Amino acid sequence: MNEIIKKEEIASGIFRLEVKSPVIAEKRRPGQFVVLRISETGERIPLTIVDSDSRAGSISLIFQAVGKTTQALALLEEGDAILDLAGPLGKPTKLAHFGRVVAVGGGLGLAPLYPIAKALKEQGNSIVSIIGARTQELLVLVDEMRAISDELHIATDDGSLGHHGFVTEVLAELLKNNEKFDLAVAIGPAPMMKAASQITKPYDLRTIVSLNSIMVDGTGMCGGCRVEVAGETKFTCVDGPEFDGHQVNFDLLIQRLNLYRNQETEAKERHSEASCKISPESKK
Amino acid sequence: MSKRKKIPQQPMPERPARERIKDFDEVPLGYTVEMARLEASRCLQCKEPKCREGCPVEIDIPAFIKEITEGDFAAAARILKEANCLPAICGRVCPQEDQCEAACILKNRGEPVAIGYLERFAADWEREKGNISVAKKALSKGKKVAVVGSGPAGLACAGDLAKMGYEVTIFEALHEPGGVLVYGIPEFRLPKAIVAAEVEYLKRLGVEIRPNWIIGKTATVDELLEEFDAVFLGTGAGLPHFLGIPGENLAGVYSANEYLTRSNLMKAYLFPKYDTPIVRSKRAAVIGGGNVALDAARTALRLGAKVTLVYRRSRKEMPAREEEIRHGEEEGIEFIFLAAPVEMLGDEKGQVRALRSVRMKLGEPDESGRRRPIPIPDSQFKIEADTVIVAIGSRPHPLVPQTTSGLKIGEEGTIVVDEKTGATSKEGVFAGGDIVTGAATVIEAMGAARRAAKAIDEYLSKK
Repeated sequence: MNEIIKKEEIASGIFRLEVKSPVIAEKRRPGQFVVLRISETGERIPLTIVDSDSRAGSISLIFQAVGKTTQALALLEEGDAILDLAGPLGKPTKLAHFGRVVAVGGGLGLAPLYPIAKALKEQGNSIVSIIGARTQELLVLVDEMRAISDELHIATDDGSLGHHGFVTEVLAELLKNNEKFDLAVAIGPAPMMKAASQITKPYDLRTIVSLNSIMVDGTGMCGGCRVEVAGETKFTCVDGPEFDGHQVNFDLLIQRLNLYRNQETEAKERHSEASCKISPESKK
Repeated sequence: MSKRKKIPQQPMPERPARERIKDFDEVPLGYTVEMARLEASRCLQCKEPKCREGCPVEIDIPAFIKEITEGDFAAAARILKEANCLPAICGRVCPQEDQCEAACILKNRGEPVAIGYLERFAADWEREKGNISVAKKALSKGKKVAVVGSGPAGLACAGDLAKMGYEVTIFEALHEPGGVLVYGIPEFRLPKAIVAAEVEYLKRLGVEIRPNWIIGKTATVDELLEEFDAVFLGTGAGLPHFLGIPGENLAGVYSANEYLTRSNLMKAYLFPKYDTPIVRSKRAAVIGGGNVALDAARTALRLGAKVTLVYRRSRKEMPAREEEIRHGEEEGIEFIFLAAPVEMLGDEKGQVRALRSVRMKLGEPDESGRRRPIPIPDSQFKIEADTVIVAIGSRPHPLVPQTTSGLKIGEEGTIVVDEKTGATSKEGVFAGGDIVTGAATVIEAMGAARRAAKAIDEYLSKK
């Protein structure tokens, strides 16, 4: 169960896994995620289902090895299994024919953006994509996004590829040039989603964001992932993860995301130390 | 007889407060063989035992106590298991003072027989001997039953159905079976190894457990009915209530469900050996007066915080067990009674720093029979806290009710059932426990589940 069928490093420190899970592969809809745990002492982390293959009975997950759990996940090889995999979770994306959709994705936000944009394309929408990352080496899913986009813009913070700057600057530029959109989907780090929502607001352009709150169970029993949307408390895991960006209290989301900063660093450092101690021996 | 009556109730040995607050190990140590036999000898062996009526699963209490008196502890455990497949758990967490022990005839003249302590003793004795007897099973009936949720209700229902000869599969959303027994009740009150051993016992009865199955997402109840002959829903009341006051979403404000899930299920108290973090606060405030509030407060204390518990009524009205309140007091939790929070105050970083509360007085009894708290004007005061834990109750989990066709739902999101049988409005689907009653006790959930198991057997025998 939950066997890793395929593992690929698709960008520097960013991995794509194909994981065997026939039930989740069949059930999942765009916009949904899984919660996984990789060892008996492990934590539960949420990851977007990027794609699924119902014939192979597998789902694709993309993650960046940034903290202890994702670093440990990156050490798993093809043939290894993920201990616990629960899903599909969250509400699926509301799919419809809107017309012209601008899909804005930053960094790992492309992982949730791609399945949504792909599904919207299949609904007959035309897709204008603006994708970006800090630098070219960290940009993922470019070919996949290109395949479903009618128009594709790239931006990198360091200018190594495409526009030199943020994806949100490209979005602002398009809107200023009187490009007309019927829907925006903006997914990335919380400050990027906040900026994108602020940019589209004056144009009255409905903007869907997908929030990356801290989660524990992912099934609505704890409220660790709660956010404020239009002044009301919502649980990201069951009421979302997609919300109207113009209604989300992003400052609160950012504050809550910082809650475990110190402990995350501690866990990562201890893990790195342990790996350093182990690896020279194990290579012999 | 007259000599027997003079024996006082044997106290439960406990670890001293100063020592126990440094770790998460169990507080009561359990009876020794001598204590158990002495306590058991106090039982009058009533011909018409009232205690049995007080037990929601009708354990043959005089019979198992008699075996303890005579020193046949294995026989005592066997009798317990006939009625209750989780005796080590119930002996620890049941509110016996409101159930079996409240009905004990000795209570009229002093202290009742410590039935809970004796139940715990017999179950622990058997487990520690490592020679757990498996109840007799009926011949296979060749029919399959799905149980949704592996909390006390699901485990009890599955155990009974397996004994009746059904093929039982439990579907559990989390990675570990046990429901509130693993995520809610802390180690110092219910060691997780005991829950695991009792779950293991069910597996030996032939029950299959599938973790990480979220019914309503991974599969629906309607889909389960294509594969199974009947379904039992024991999904509990796991949806936390919040107060709805300003500042409640500040960083550092937890639902008790989240705080306890992190600590108990994810073992965050052992961070960084375990990966899940939990905030190590200096001053924690817990809001509420039930067992969950006490569990959260005593957990925060063990994580190094100075803890204040804020309750809107007085000590007398607290729904928590007397024993747990006493444990909390001994361990140094500060109780502020007759106070209700009105706002949580944070700093510039969005971190909670204090709780603004208002003093209350008690008015006339409300529909629950408890005197209604009324705010006293101009009585606001501040409690400093860098962690606030909201433990004011929980609601039935909505996922199964929302995703199942033809299921009649009650006002509070509960599933409506026939009280005697647990049958829902949907054919072949039964329900019991907190999803039917709203948040109640472990043993009540088990009692309802056992009635449902009987009804499922009758339903499938006719089918």
